[in-house]
Amino acid sequence: MSNETTLNIEPDANAAIKAECRNFGFYYGDFQALKDINMPLYDKKVTALIGPSGCGKSTLLRSFNRMHDLYPGNRYQGEIVMQPDNTNLLAREVDPIEVRMRISMVFQKPNPFPKSIFENVAYSLRVRGLTNKSELADRVQHSLKGAALWDEVKHRLNDLGANLSGGQQQRLCIARALAADPEIILFDEPTSALDPIATASIEELITELKEKVTILIVTHNMQQAARISDFTAYMYIGELIEFGVTDQVFIKPKNKQTEDYITGRFG
Amino acid sequence: MSGLIVHPFSTRIMSTTVTVPPVPPTANVSDRLRKKASRHIKERFIEALLFCAALISVFTTAAIVYILVKESWIFFEAVPLSRFLFDTQWTPLFDDAHYGIMVLLSGTITSSAVALAVAIPLGTIIAIYLSEFAPFKVREIAKPFLELLGGVPTIVYGYFALVFLTPLLQKIYPELPGFNLLSAGLIMGVMIIPYVASLSEDAMRAVPMALREGSYAMGATRLQTALRVVMPAATSGIASAYILGISRAVGETMILAVAAGMQPNLTFNPTESGATITSYIVQVALGDLPHGSIGYQTIFAAGLSLLLLTLMFNLLGHYLRKRFREVY
Ligand SMILES: Nc1ncnc2c1ncn2[C@@H]1O[C@H](COP(=O)(O)OP(=O)(O)O)[C@@H](O)[C@H]1O
Ligand SMILES: [Mg+2]
Repeated sequence: MSNETTLNIEPDANAAIKAECRNFGFYYGDFQALKDINMPLYDKKVTALIGPSGCGKSTLLRSFNRMHDLYPGNRYQGEIVMQPDNTNLLAREVDPIEVRMRISMVFQKPNPFPKSIFENVAYSLRVRGLTNKSELADRVQHSLKGAALWDEVKHRLNDLGANLSGGQQQRLCIARALAADPEIILFDEPTSALDPIATASIEELITELKEKVTILIVTHNMQQAARISDFTAYMYIGELIEFGVTDQVFIKPKNKQTEDYITGRFG
Repeated sequence: MSGLIVHPFSTRIMSTTVTVPPVPPTANVSDRLRKKASRHIKERFIEALLFCAALISVFTTAAIVYILVKESWIFFEAVPLSRFLFDTQWTPLFDDAHYGIMVLLSGTITSSAVALAVAIPLGTIIAIYLSEFAPFKVREIAKPFLELLGGVPTIVYGYFALVFLTPLLQKIYPELPGFNLLSAGLIMGVMIIPYVASLSEDAMRAVPMALREGSYAMGATRLQTALRVVMPAATSGIASAYILGISRAVGETMILAVAAGMQPNLTFNPTESGATITSYIVQVALGDLPHGSIGYQTIFAAGLSLLLLTLMFNLLGHYLRKRFREVY
């Protein structure tokens, strides 16, 4: 590729890599949406994907859990390697369901299942074959606490998930994603459908979650990326322009394009 | 190539937009008003026409109910309701006449149960396959084919049951009579499959992709997603499909008239022959009973029973739709 990704980061021997895109590309049919992406995800850190609308943030995010496999005509190129087992998630012999067991996801619009609050959270455990009632109850409670929702719903676990407020629904979806102890959680603009108060609570939650799990989050909100992420990746028309420590990317971007975007010249 | 087609077209649009003269500000106000008035009359006329069309169907329904009730009234003046409901024989043409609707109802229930035991599981499985598993091309071919199957005249199904399925079943079970509720019910089930499958599939397809993605993202398989997320989300639509299937089974006439025999028989055993409410009505309507006799009046009482039965299922369907309103 013509442009190399600008790295705005000091090599750190201690930082463990959880997953890594290597010469990764993606095609929707004939349309190449991502080109030659090389990017690490550091273990138990929050990495934010920023960039103008349509630059391929969601496409990259959804490649990690092989969501693109659901639709015909999509094609991956290169590798996304997960550690510590050094598995190429995109390899033909790797079952996408296995990948999704390790890498969970929270969507832009809260999408609770038409089930009770309890069953929404228990879902990812049940699809893994867990049927023991007391274990299910324990883990549902644990996940709801992890998603800061337990106190609000502990007396109404049998209510429909859809009866919760938007912010609560999104936290329910986070609890659902947490329930099966994933190694990575992907967030695709998780607060874009929420009011500022609900947004703040989700942001707080994400900073708490990174103690246990690696997080990759797409956001169109620069303040949000600056507030919650440790690393930031700036993308533009399918390419990764700059990757680095969030503070440095925001304060001293090395690439002119990144600087233009961050100072608002791109809109 | 597409560039060649699109380009001149778009320039033409642009040039017309540019050459439209600016609307003169005066003189055209009353002009516009007049246009509006004539449009108003036209719209009123169309509205009235549509209202009349709607009125015809309401009127017809009302007339049917009126006639059924009026004629049944004559019947129930001669035969007390208790005998109609609790008598265990249906012999309106005998000297020793009995009018136990239970007998016909048992035939309707038995044949419908057989039909639904076929149509509901198979229809649902087909719907799940078409909505969640089938590749686009398969669905494009299978859907019209299914709908075609629903358009086959039921008398064809009736003869198929009588001359093909019954002899086949008799090879397995030799005591089976030539006319029986079993083979009529099975074929009726096949006839109903397309209705159940097509409507259930529509309901499942209407479930938003976001719900499926949520399920897949949690590590669910296709089957788990179909059974645990898509089906519950489509409950009300699937329930409507089942209710329609039940109504079709209860109201079906020709298959039973041809293949099930028409002897009234109080039985819930599908390997016997029997009459249903519908097949009895055909039999009497085609027969030479004098109009106005009590025997002739029975068909109105039977018809009213059928109407009440289907009304009950429609109300149930309405209730289910409200109870399990789509919540996505
Ligand atoms: N299903 C699809 N089929 C074809 N092109 C798509 C599809 N989804 C997204 N794209 C295209 O891929 C590019 C990246 O899209 P996306 O990843 O959604 O951008 P972002 O999330 O950064 O706004 C856009 O040009 C978009 O039009
Ligand atoms: Mg997006």
